[in-house]
Amino acid sequence: MKRLAIIIILVALVAAAQFGSAQTPAPRVVEITAKRFEFNPKQITLKRGEAVTIRLVSTDRPHGLLVKPLGVDLDADDGKPGQITITPDAAGTFPAICDHYCGSGHGNMKMTVVVE
Amino acid sequence: MKKEFDRRAFMRVSAMSIGAGALLQFSPLAATARGSAMSRLFQRQNGEGTGPFSIVQLSDTHVGFQGPPDPLGTKAFERAVDVVNALDPQPELILFTGDLTHDSDDPAEHAKRFAAFRSISDRLRVKKRMHVPGEHDAALDGGVLFRENFGETHYSFDHRGAHFIALDNVSHGKPIVGAEQIAWLKQDLARYPKTAPIVVFTHRPLFDLKPEWEWFTADGDAVMNVLAPYESVTVLYGHIHRAEHNSIGTAQHHSARSLIFAFPDPSTSEKKPLPFNPQQPFRNLGIRTVSGSTAARPFAAGINDVELSLREVSGTEGIQQMLRGGESL
Repeated sequence: MKRLAIIIILVALVAAAQFGSAQTPAPRVVEITAKRFEFNPKQITLKRGEAVTIRLVSTDRPHGLLVKPLGVDLDADDGKPGQITITPDAAGTFPAICDHYCGSGHGNMKMTVVVE
Repeated sequence: MKKEFDRRAFMRVSAMSIGAGALLQFSPLAATARGSAMSRLFQRQNGEGTGPFSIVQLSDTHVGFQGPPDPLGTKAFERAVDVVNALDPQPELILFTGDLTHDSDDPAEHAKRFAAFRSISDRLRVKKRMHVPGEHDAALDGGVLFRENFGETHYSFDHRGAHFIALDNVSHGKPIVGAEQIAWLKQDLARYPKTAPIVVFTHRPLFDLKPEWEWFTADGDAVMNVLAPYESVTVLYGHIHRAEHNSIGTAQHHSARSLIFAFPDPSTSEKKPLPFNPQQPFRNLGIRTVSGSTAARPFAAGINDVELSLREVSGTEGIQQMLRGGESL
């Protein structure tokens, strides 16, 4: 009897979770590709107050994506993307850099994140 | 009996940047009872007495770097070696704070650059030389070549009554010291009273100087939290290719100039190397004097910068100019 009650509760929780997720649209995904020594695209635009998933994909070796004011600190290796979901709360233009040293030219590996 | 140590009675620090780096002069102050107690502590721990001594810090030689903005390659490094060799008296210790070499995708070529660095640095009369890696030395291979040439990337030692700690914040690829090294740091420091003079040398700044220019260490706060209980902490670093001096909490942070090219003031908008001027090839390894407040800070640093310039000056004359402070070579 006790076991049946636990099963019913678990089923209810799963159903509730599925219902909840159906009500909340998944955040928009913005994908950034990293390779020595550039990001693509070089600029992305986000909306203040809107959740967005930033996904970093590397096509060669370990890279990072650091945008400190937005709390973005991602790492990606070839075949191992990194991602984070954020909701920017302030408009502005923020420089983004690769913070995983990737060779001579690494210092020029940067892009811009605009929050409108 | 309670042991007390007074850093105010123990030493003061003055630093002279010579364009090629910084000459740090440590000297004991009044020989009070508490100063003597500190002296005895260090003598017990490492058998080495305290006394006045001087340090030269050299940084960012980037041996192997070619092309703009500096077409002279190792000339500034070689000149710095001549300048240091002319110091009288000689410093007892030279600290290299990273980016000794410029990296190469070819490990064999990078190994040659390490050898070239050593062939120049071996001309230094001072034989006690300590090194930490910069990202150009150690980030691509995790520090393999650095270790082959200079041993571990982090370590500590005592010298004349100060405890020196070499920290590696580059060889993970990411700008971090890392949990393992921070645990080692805690253990290393546990042997010392909170009043012991601590000198940390590392490559990147241990605080957020300008993160968007990569002038930071991601876990620098964790490192400085470990150091926070210590009353006399001096952090010497490189990486930013310019002299900067920051006082944060009880710690004094000093970056040394580069020996390859200079970066602009972090208050400017663009991180772009300052242009090479053939009329003044060592310009931007220039003069800067900083006076510490000895009244407000017991462990104060006064810094005199001297520019290396085109004018050829004999070592003795040049050094005498530097020792007078603030005069251009």
